[in-house]
Amino acid sequence: MTSRRSGEPGRPASAGGPAGTGQGTRIRLTNVTKDFGHATPAVDDVSLTVEPGEFMTLLGPSGSGKTTTLNLIAGFETLTAGEISLDGADVGHVPPHRRNLGMLFQNYALFPHMTVAQNVAYPLRERRMDRRTIAARVADVLALVQLTGRDGDHPAQLSGGQQQRVALARAIVFEPRALLLDEPLGALDRNLRSALQGEIRRIHREVGSTFVFVTHDQEEAMTLSDRVALFDNGHIEQVGTPQQLYTEPETLFTARFLGDSNVFELGSGGVGDQAGWDGERWAVDPDTIAKHPGVTERAAIVVRPEDVGVVRQRADLPAGANAVAATVRDVEYLGSYRTLLLALGTPRVPGRARVSAIQGDYAIGDDLVAWWRPRAQRVVAA
Amino acid sequence: MSSVRIGGTRWSSWLLLVPALALLAGILLVPLGKTLVNSVSTPDWTLANYQHLFTDGVTLRVLGRTARTAATVTLAALLLGYPYAYLMTRVGPRARGILLIVVLIPFWTSVMARNFAWIVILQDGGPVQSLFALFGADHVVLYGTTAGVTVAMTQVLLPFMVLPLYSTLGGIDRRLLLAARGLGSSPTAAFWKVYWPLSRGGVVAGGILVFTLSLGFYVTPALLGSPQESLVAQLLAQRTTILLDFAAAGALGVVVLVVTLALVAWANRVGGTVSAIGVVATGQPRERR
Amino acid sequence: MTSTVTSPPARSAPRKRYREVDPIGWWLKALGGLVIAFLILPTLFVIPMSFSTSTTFQFPPTGFSWRLYENFFTNPVWLDSLGNSFLVATLTALLATTTGTAAAVALSRLDGRVARLVRTLLMVPIVAPAIVVAIAVYIAFLGWQLTGTVTGYVLAHTAIAVPYVLVSVTGALGGLDPRLLKASASLGASPARTFARVTIPLISRGILTGAIFAFIVSFDEVVIALFLRSPLFQTMPVQMYNSVTVEIDPTISAASSLMVVAVTFIFLLPQLLRGRRRRR
Repeated sequence: MTSRRSGEPGRPASAGGPAGTGQGTRIRLTNVTKDFGHATPAVDDVSLTVEPGEFMTLLGPSGSGKTTTLNLIAGFETLTAGEISLDGADVGHVPPHRRNLGMLFQNYALFPHMTVAQNVAYPLRERRMDRRTIAARVADVLALVQLTGRDGDHPAQLSGGQQQRVALARAIVFEPRALLLDEPLGALDRNLRSALQGEIRRIHREVGSTFVFVTHDQEEAMTLSDRVALFDNGHIEQVGTPQQLYTEPETLFTARFLGDSNVFELGSGGVGDQAGWDGERWAVDPDTIAKHPGVTERAAIVVRPEDVGVVRQRADLPAGANAVAATVRDVEYLGSYRTLLLALGTPRVPGRARVSAIQGDYAIGDDLVAWWRPRAQRVVAA
Repeated sequence: MSSVRIGGTRWSSWLLLVPALALLAGILLVPLGKTLVNSVSTPDWTLANYQHLFTDGVTLRVLGRTARTAATVTLAALLLGYPYAYLMTRVGPRARGILLIVVLIPFWTSVMARNFAWIVILQDGGPVQSLFALFGADHVVLYGTTAGVTVAMTQVLLPFMVLPLYSTLGGIDRRLLLAARGLGSSPTAAFWKVYWPLSRGGVVAGGILVFTLSLGFYVTPALLGSPQESLVAQLLAQRTTILLDFAAAGALGVVVLVVTLALVAWANRVGGTVSAIGVVATGQPRERR
Repeated sequence: MTSTVTSPPARSAPRKRYREVDPIGWWLKALGGLVIAFLILPTLFVIPMSFSTSTTFQFPPTGFSWRLYENFFTNPVWLDSLGNSFLVATLTALLATTTGTAAAVALSRLDGRVARLVRTLLMVPIVAPAIVVAIAVYIAFLGWQLTGTVTGYVLAHTAIAVPYVLVSVTGALGGLDPRLLKASASLGASPARTFARVTIPLISRGILTGAIFAFIVSFDEVVIALFLRSPLFQTMPVQMYNSVTVEIDPTISAASSLMVVAVTFIFLLPQLLRGRRRRR
C-alpha cells in the first residue's frame, strides 16, 4: 500500500511522512455495530485501524454513520456489537471522561461562562496539575494556535474562527493520545475554512497525535488526510489514501462521491479485455479492473474528466483510444481550461471533459467524439 | 436506547428525583390518600359521606353558588382579558413585556395585602361607595357580598385568562381581518366572523382555567364575603375546624379536587394552559412569536 | 412590494415614524389602561392607609403618623410573626431549591411515560385548590404531631413551592447546550465534575429565581398557615388575617405596605436586570 500524499499544488505534503510514525494512539475498530432500533443499523459491522499519528478522515454523506462511529470511539455511544481498542486495550466499558481523547465540535462548545484561558485550562485542572504548569501550558498552546493575548476574553467576544482555534487549543493542551474532530469547520465560511484547514494540518504535524476527522466535504478530506475511510449507509466502502480513492475507486459509489466522473454502466456480465457499451467496443487494461468482489457481476467504467479529450471526427482519434459520440450541452469557462458538459452516446448519458483553452472553442450543440486511453479508465463494481 | 448519558447513569437520575418524590408523596399524596380513604370508611365502608353531600341541603346550594361566582369571574376575566390580550399582540416587544408583568403582579403580591386593600376599598363608607354616591346610587354595598368577592377574584385571576388567550391570539394572522374588511365586512362583522372563531381555543382554555381556579378560593370570600353567602372553600374549612367532621369535609374536598384536576386536564388538552401556568409561576415572559 | 424606479424626493422632516395601515385604536389603549389601573391601583391603597392615625380601617386615612410602622417593628406579636415567616420561608427556600433543582436536572435527563407522569405530578400543587391541600395536610399533621411546628410548616410549604423551582430550573436547563456537557466529558471531567463546573454555573440564574419565588410563596402563604397555626406559632399572613377578623388592628396596613413594596421590588428586580443587560 503506497502512502504517497497527494497535495494540491502549493501545499506542502505532510512532514509526518507515511502513516505509522509519531506518538499517537492506534485506534482499532473490529466488527463495530451500532443499532438504534431503526430499520438498518447506523453503523454496520465496521472494521478499521487508524495508525498512530495518522490523519484519518471519515468521509460520507449525511446519515452514513461516520459521526456515530466517531461518537462510538469517543464513548458517547455504547457499542451494540464489536470492539474498539486504543493501543490494544479494549475501551468498550470505559466512560468518555476516562478515554483521554480530545474532541472538537462543529459549534465549538466553548464554556460561555469561562474566559479563553479558563476554557483551555479546564482539562488540566481536571487532571490536578499545579497552577504554574497550567499557566505555562495554556500559554504555549495559545501561542500554537496564534491567539496569545486573548486569554482574558470570553468566547462571545471572539469570531467563529477564533473560537474554533480556542476549542482546538483546549482539546490538545492535555496531550490526548488522539483528537476526534466532528465536522469542526462546517459553520465557517469558505475563506475561513481554508485558513483553518491549514492550521489543523500544521498542528497535526507539530503535535503528531492521531487525528480522526469527520466531514461530508470531499475536497476537505482530500486536502487534509493521510487516509480516508468512505462511509455509505453504515459501512465502509473503501479505505485508502486520497490518491488511491481518487484514481483507484473500487465501487461506483466511491467514484461518484470523489470528484466528477464519466460513468458507463455495463450491466451484468463480466469484463474481459474488451467492454461493450452502446455499440462501442472499448479496450480494457486488466490493471484497471477493481479488485472488489462485486465487479464480476455488475461493472461500470469510470473516466475522470481530465482524462477525456474531444475531437471533431473519428478520423482524428489517436491510435488505441476508446471513443464515444458526444454532443455539447454546456460549456463552463474556468480561465485556462474549459469543462464541456456532454451528452454521451445514444442514451445521452451526462459526461464531462476538460479541455484547455488552446484547443479552440466549442459551442452548444456541437457534435464531437470524446476519447480516452484505456489505461485512464477504471472498471468498478456498480 | 443505549446512548451514554453524559450526566451519569439513568439510575443516578432517578436517585436525584427521590427527595422531590418523597416530599410529594409524604406531604401531598399520603394526606390526600388518607383523606380519601377516611371519607369512604367513616363511619363504615360506604359512600354515605358522598351521598350526604347531595342530601344535607347545604352542600349543593354552596356548590351552586360557587359555580355561579366562578362563572361570573370567568365572564369578567374574559371581558377584560380579551382586549388586554389583543392589545398585547398589537404593541411592540417592550410594551408587551410591561403588559405581561403588570398582569402578573396581583398574582405575586401578598394575598393578605391585596384582600385587605379590597376591604378598605369596598367597605361601607369607603371610596367605592362614595364613587357610586357621586353618580346618585346611594348605599351600594359591596363589602360582604358576592359581587365584591367577584371583583377581587377577577383581579388576581386575570393572568390565567390573558396568557392562554395571548398565546392563541398571537397566532392569528391579522391580515385576515383586513381581507374581510376589504371584501366588504364592517369592522364588527369582520371580528365576529373571522377573528372570534379563530380565538375560541384560547377563550375556552383560559375560561376553563379561570373557572377551575375560582372554585378553590378561600381567603377572598372569607374576608370579603359574608358567612351567609359562603363558597365551598369556607364550607370545607367550617366542617374541618368547627364541626370537626373530617369525613364529610374529606368527601367534599375530594370532590372539589377531582373536579379541579379534571377541568385543568381538559383545559390543557384544548391548549396552552400548562405553559401559561409556567409563565405565571416564573414571572418570566416567554415570547410566543 | 415593488419599488419605483425613480424615488420621490426625500422629505425634509426626519422619517421617525410612519403611519401603520391599521393603527391601534384609542379605545383599545384606554381599555388597556383601565385594566392596568384595575390590576395595580387597588393594592396601592394600603400605602396611604399605613400612615393613618385612626384605629379603624376608615378611608381616607386621617392624619399622618409612623405609629403603625412603629407598632409593627416593636410589638412582639407582629415581630414574632415576622420572624416566624422569615424562618419558615428561608428554610422552605433552601429545601425547595435543592429538591426542585435535583428534580429538574433528573427530569431533563429522563424520558418516557413515567418521567412525564412524574413531571405532571410535581406540578399538581400549583393547580390543586389550596383549601383542599390545607385540610388534608392539617388532618394528617394532626396525627403526626406536626401542627404548629416549624418542621410542619417548612414541609408543607416546600411541597407547594417545589413546582415553582422546578419550572424555573427546567427553563434554565432548556437553554443549556448539551454539547457543552459532551465537551466537558471529553476533556476528562466526570459527570459529577461536569455538573458542578458547567451545569450549575450556567443555570445559576434559574436556580436563584426559583429560590426567590419559593421564598415568596412560603412567606405569603395563608391558607395552609391558617390551618397549621398554634397559639405559639403564627406566620405573618396569619397575624394579618387575625387583625382583620379577630381584632381590628390597623397595623395590618403597615405590614401590607411593606409586603407589597418588598415583593414587587423582588419580582421586578430580575426583569430590570435583564432589560439592562440586553441594552449593553
